[in-house]
Amino acid sequence: MNKERRIRVLAAKPGLDGHDRGIKVVISALMDVGMEVIYAGLRQTPAQIVEAAIQEDADVIALSSLSGAHDYLFPKVMEMLRERQCDDILVIGGGIIPEADIPEMKEAGVAEIFGPGTDTRDIISFIRERVKK
Amino acid sequence: MSDPRRIEGLSNSIGSWTEEVEKKIKKHPERKDSFANTSGIPVNRLYSPLDCRDMDYLEDIGLPGEFPFTRGVQPTMYRGRLWTMRQYAGFASAAESNRRYKYLLDQGQTGLSVAFDLPTQIGYDSDHDIAVGEVGKVGVAIDSLEDMETLFDGIPLDKVSTSMTINAPAAILLAMYMAVAEKQGVSTEKLRGTIQNDILKEYSSRGTYIFPPKPSMRIITDSFSFCEKNVPLWNTISISGYHMREAGCTAVQEVAFTMANGIAYVQAALDAGLDVDAFGPRLAFFFCCHLDFFEEVAKFRAARRLWAGIMKKRFGAENPRSMMIRFHTQTAGCTLTAQQPKNNIMRVAFQALAAVLGGTQSLHTNSMDEALCLPTEESVQIALRTQQVIAYELGVTDTVDPMAGSYYLERLTDEIYERSVEYIERIDKMGGAVAAIEKGYIQKEIQDSAFKYQREIEEEKRIVVGLNKYKGEAVSSAEILRVDPAVRVAQVDKLKRLREKRDNRKVEQALLDLKKGGEGRDENLVPLMLDAVKAYATLGEICDVLRGVFGEYRPSGTFGG
Repeated sequence: MNKERRIRVLAAKPGLDGHDRGIKVVISALMDVGMEVIYAGLRQTPAQIVEAAIQEDADVIALSSLSGAHDYLFPKVMEMLRERQCDDILVIGGGIIPEADIPEMKEAGVAEIFGPGTDTRDIISFIRERVKK
Repeated sequence: MSDPRRIEGLSNSIGSWTEEVEKKIKKHPERKDSFANTSGIPVNRLYSPLDCRDMDYLEDIGLPGEFPFTRGVQPTMYRGRLWTMRQYAGFASAAESNRRYKYLLDQGQTGLSVAFDLPTQIGYDSDHDIAVGEVGKVGVAIDSLEDMETLFDGIPLDKVSTSMTINAPAAILLAMYMAVAEKQGVSTEKLRGTIQNDILKEYSSRGTYIFPPKPSMRIITDSFSFCEKNVPLWNTISISGYHMREAGCTAVQEVAFTMANGIAYVQAALDAGLDVDAFGPRLAFFFCCHLDFFEEVAKFRAARRLWAGIMKKRFGAENPRSMMIRFHTQTAGCTLTAQQPKNNIMRVAFQALAAVLGGTQSLHTNSMDEALCLPTEESVQIALRTQQVIAYELGVTDTVDPMAGSYYLERLTDEIYERSVEYIERIDKMGGAVAAIEKGYIQKEIQDSAFKYQREIEEEKRIVVGLNKYKGEAVSSAEILRVDPAVRVAQVDKLKRLREKRDNRKVEQALLDLKKGGEGRDENLVPLMLDAVKAYATLGEICDVLRGVFGEYRPSGTFGG
């Protein structure tokens, strides 16, 4: 049987927002289906997130922000990934992100935004479709 | 229900009734195999006098305004005075928030509730690197006394009560409030309000901590003793279950973990040499009101009974006012959906009703758009009107604790009480709330409940109308409130000018005095904070001094603890 390398996800909360129910539920769901998840925790700067993703050899970065600071923080993460030439890492985001902001996030390079009411199975299939091991 | 023959008679009747029902169910099954509430307490088909046969009315349920306060902390409750309608508000600049406060007071709100932005809550000035993108977003940006003066401009502090949702730097914001009052010519003895000041739940479920637990407890007990002498009408802490519930825990856990934190605060105050009956009456609480209607009403009654017993028996309080839980309630934000947001109006209405039937002293009702953004004027008006309709039109405020005596409700009150006691005992064995948090126990319990809840939604065992049933259009892109990034620019500019015009030597001296006070053990830090804020030291500068002395809290495990 082919031993596939497990998908590695770096989950983090950029900025000052401390609401981590959502990201923890996502982490549990991803771990439940066999992905390896490293949780960097709260108060991560974009630089810390990018550094951690590289150190951990992450395939995916999952960002969560509910404080409205996504407009600055998510594009900043993408910018730094590009600087480190790591923009092949799949970046997904969630939290409280107004519909109207989603096109801008995607333009910055965030692959998808999973907002309130997301079914975790949709996140799982999204990742599996895009990360080929 | 004490006559054994009557009990036997009833038992037999119910027995035969149940047999008949179970025959019918074989052909027409019930909607689920088993029914349980969010705490996992089984919900029976029927409750009867049998379920309450061991209850003693006077001892277990009691009279309102009397120990154990199950039925309410005041004898007349809403017949005497309605709950305070206190909508949490604040965003962008102090000037804009001031306008919103005046609007809400004008619309009939009866108390103020201040929401601060994250940099303020975590003791950073708006010009700090870490504040980029965050200034004014989830609440008002307060960098110094200057902002505080603008926030309350034209609002007489002897005529309103103000609740401030601020934790790690709570004492500093209280100092600012006192300084504003002084400028208005209002003595601190007249000030009424609350600071949330509940650091323990920050570590486990909200995240706006600054310093480690021990120095944080010192600041908290300093605020208790300062207010006892100088701001006697002030609620020095709002021991909160709301945030833990929002983080995903059950109703039982909400009560248990809140009580455990309360126990830790009381113990810390006693250890600091304070008298339980001196600070006891000024402790306040803050609960969530979630969706399971009866569970929530029962929860509030169980919480009152629990705290009364804890203060009386565990801590030897003698003043009945030390034994009373006075609490604020907020309807559960986590139950609101971004999909079909108008459904949230109904959810909030039912939750608000449960809070009123549960005897809350103060209430915030969420606006329908809060899964998307901060409330617009229109949506917050609906939220406020919800409270007003309940208060004036339904008749539920005309008698005290109207649901008492319901077999279901009394049974449920007991269940929640008993299960909470079990949790508290477990936490006691771990060494108390601080130890339980350091071990990651509280966080894991909350996290596991949250995951279970999500699973139930995804498996459609738990229905959310508009989300997994009766789905409609995609998420609304209707008009929502947005905070202008120019707010940060304006704050940065203000700070620059403040630092130029203030007496920087005075600031330096005040900060030095605060540093010395922090390094020592005996000085109460609040007067030192007051001197610093009056000299227009910024919040960030004050917190940086304290960071230097106390260090910063670093969460140990990240996931799972």
